[in-house]
Amino acid sequence: MSEPGKLDGFSQDLLKRAVSDRFDAEEMILVPLLAVAMALAFGAIVMLATGVSLTAVGQSYVALFTGSLGSINAVSETLTAAAPLTLAALGIALGFRAGLFNIGAEGQVLLGGMAAVVVGFALTDTPAWIHLPLALLAGAIAGAIWAGIAGWLKAATGAHEVITTIMLNLIAMRLVDYLLRNPPVQKPGRADPISQSVLPSAELPRLLSFIDPNLRVHAGILLVIAAVLFVYWLLFRTTTGFEFRAAGSNPDAARYAGMKSGMIIVLVMATAGALAGLAGANQVLGVLGRASPGFSGGAGFDAIAVALLGRSHPVGVLLAGLLFGALQAGGREMQVEAGVSIDLIAIIQALVIVFMAAPTLVRATIPWVFRKEAGR
Amino acid sequence: MDIELRGITKRFGPVVANSDVNLTIRAGEILGLLGENGAGKTTLMNVLSGLYRPDEGEILIDGKPTRFEGAGDAIRAGIGMVHQHFMLVPVFTVAENVVLGVEPTGRLDHLDIATAREQVRAIGAEHGLVVDPDAIIEEVPVGVQQRVEIIKVLFRSADVLIFDEPTAVLTPQEVEDFFGIIRSLRDAGKALVFITHKLFEILEVADRISVLRGGKIVGEGDPKTATEAELAEMMVGRPVSFTVDKKPAVPRRPMIEVRNLKVMNDRHEVAVNDVSFAVRAGEVVGIAGVQGNGQTELVEALTGLRSAIAGSVVFHDEDITHASARHRHKLGMAHVPEDRQREGLIETFTLAENMVLDSYYDEPYSTGIRMHWPKVETEAARIITDFDVRTSSVFELADHLSGGNQQKLVVAREMSRDIQVLIASQPTRGVDVGSIEYIHKRIIAARDAEVGVLIVSTELDEIRALSDRVLVMYRGRVVAEFDAAAATVAELGLAMAGATA
Ligand SMILES: Nc1ncnc2c1ncn2[C@@H]1O[C@H](COP(=O)(O)OP(=O)(O)OP(=O)(O)O)[C@@H](O)[C@H]1O
Ligand SMILES: [Mg+2]
Repeated sequence: MSEPGKLDGFSQDLLKRAVSDRFDAEEMILVPLLAVAMALAFGAIVMLATGVSLTAVGQSYVALFTGSLGSINAVSETLTAAAPLTLAALGIALGFRAGLFNIGAEGQVLLGGMAAVVVGFALTDTPAWIHLPLALLAGAIAGAIWAGIAGWLKAATGAHEVITTIMLNLIAMRLVDYLLRNPPVQKPGRADPISQSVLPSAELPRLLSFIDPNLRVHAGILLVIAAVLFVYWLLFRTTTGFEFRAAGSNPDAARYAGMKSGMIIVLVMATAGALAGLAGANQVLGVLGRASPGFSGGAGFDAIAVALLGRSHPVGVLLAGLLFGALQAGGREMQVEAGVSIDLIAIIQALVIVFMAAPTLVRATIPWVFRKEAGR
Repeated sequence: MDIELRGITKRFGPVVANSDVNLTIRAGEILGLLGENGAGKTTLMNVLSGLYRPDEGEILIDGKPTRFEGAGDAIRAGIGMVHQHFMLVPVFTVAENVVLGVEPTGRLDHLDIATAREQVRAIGAEHGLVVDPDAIIEEVPVGVQQRVEIIKVLFRSADVLIFDEPTAVLTPQEVEDFFGIIRSLRDAGKALVFITHKLFEILEVADRISVLRGGKIVGEGDPKTATEAELAEMMVGRPVSFTVDKKPAVPRRPMIEVRNLKVMNDRHEVAVNDVSFAVRAGEVVGIAGVQGNGQTELVEALTGLRSAIAGSVVFHDEDITHASARHRHKLGMAHVPEDRQREGLIETFTLAENMVLDSYYDEPYSTGIRMHWPKVETEAARIITDFDVRTSSVFELADHLSGGNQQKLVVAREMSRDIQVLIASQPTRGVDVGSIEYIHKRIIAARDAEVGVLIVSTELDEIRALSDRVLVMYRGRVVAEFDAAAATVAELGLAMAGATA
């Protein structure tokens, strides 16, 4: 064998990137864009079929655009809506990479949010630079523990994570309801389920209040960017991520290679739960200021679609999260401006998912856009 | 039915897998297709069976140009392929598997399994393919599964049958049966293509031989006159030595000592029964035996993938009976697993990632949890060059390597580390003669560098060429031990069949 550090010319050539790299522009960009376009087209057909006039359809798509990207306020709303979706979806994507189907983000979001609220109102007289991180940390830990339970159940007993996480979601929902109706979480003097308010020292500061105090976009999006970078680093730059991906792609090979599947499962679930918990904390500390029943707005469920749409790649998840954020923000505008039901937005989202989940459907519907299929 | 491939070129990005290939396949003839790993054999046959569309060239069936849009078109045209990795549903019966997708149905779409059973029997009787239509696939031996694959192709009324390395996983007896079957198919007027790396097999059954190298047809051979040496040279472009040059072994202290080991298989039967032996530094111990006599379970127990229910395994002076696979890896144990695709590599990972599949956890490839990818990539490039794994980049996916090159990748990874013990199952399965020569040389070099080597192989020739001592396993026990230099094939064969000496 030759001296380390030096390679002959032939080996040197091997270090050049192969053309068939993991990044396939057609698969990663063209198909998603076309899926969205086709979903919008089908959405229009659905609207027409339900008796909406052609002008109203036009108006509503204009509203969809202006409401999501048309003004600085619209962009701010899009980002605000995208943040929790992206955070939770990053966790779900991590699970997918490791071969785990974590349906439990919703419960993890709820408990993460609750934990953040509790720390947010309970720690009085704490400076913001301690209080805010502690509240966020509480959210992450609560989510991690909740998801970790499902991970541990799978590692120790083989219980399937789809079942356990669904059950844990139900428990989390009821638990949150219970906490909201009882002291010390319930706001004193109220009979309805609502928590005490988060103290200003634990709030995620708004970022654009110097332009207009009503712009809701807050420091949570910095958290999102950090989380995207973190997940990318974890998956592709660390031994832990290597193990996650190996266990997800070929469990037999992972075992052969001496990786411990039980450890990996618990670790993946806990990390995913921490991200979902952060999503909950992000909502209560950045937008709502307190918790009320269903305060997650179903973010934990939508996040599953975001993770799928993003092809379980952190950057893809970020883009998908932004898209869903835009659909949410624009959807509200659509409802106000064109009087179209918000349910239509849900339909369009669902259509996007259908087309994304079945790329062949996109390819088959408009085959002329694609290069002729090379291999396979 | 006669087939002509004319000017077939198939590229994968910058890789030209087939370049202007002309080939004729005739009814009533067995065409043997030879070529080194990555020569383009599988690719060419995938083109013929409609899985790939050629970039250039055309396929003529009985003189008429034909285009296949997919495998379905090729099947309808009467071309069927038996892939190396069987595509059967393990929990279905033989008959169910055969009719899958083209089920005979009665009224109200009711699956008519009785007719299916009859048809399977009829086809089987016609060509000597004996199978029980009601047997469950996962419960029958590989040889029978292969017969089911053949019946499946015949059931779809194929006139052209392609076999991609069909004998790699068969026992010698099964190979004989298989030859009988394809001869009978030939005599029934079918056209057959047979790919193998075992030259004597080609010489035995083929009527005509074509040799591929670097994607091109480089020669033809007549099985009546050609010799193995000629064919080998035509394949790899240089003379190949079939014998392993080695000095007598100088065995030293025991590296691995197995004492009264007892191991269960997945069905909770005793698979390894009271086995004791030692592998010393500087010797190659070969374990011979017909597939399924406990070798798999023995190797898994030695490498920490299966727990022993009794007995012990000692490494140097350390009892490792209950040690993890990772711990054994750290001690310097290398393991070439029996099934490269299931265990040995991850097909969706790059070659570089696969190169550190079991050694990523430590220096120099990582510190703490940080991976050092540039380091991994340069090392991978070096090892790939050393072992002549045919690829264009370390960033290529393992999935895109040819079968034999995947095997070479796994062997290369396991042997390119500072090791004390090498445990290799079927180390050269699917590998071409040139690379077998190289791998054998490396194994002997490792032995001479005082590594203790354990080879498990169903290939008697390989066992005899490499080993210093041969142990024969039969029904979970070591039934005989031979000095490799003195043992004859006949003696070994008898022991493998369970005849007590
Ligand atoms: N899907 C693919 N993408 C990229 N390259 C490929 C793909 N399939 C095959 N190749 C390349 O094409 C060449 C020919 O491969 P092929 O599988 O046909 O070889 P082979 O002759 O069957 O070899 P073996 O004896 O090892 O099975 C190889 O260099 C391989 O790396
Ligand atoms: Mg091949």
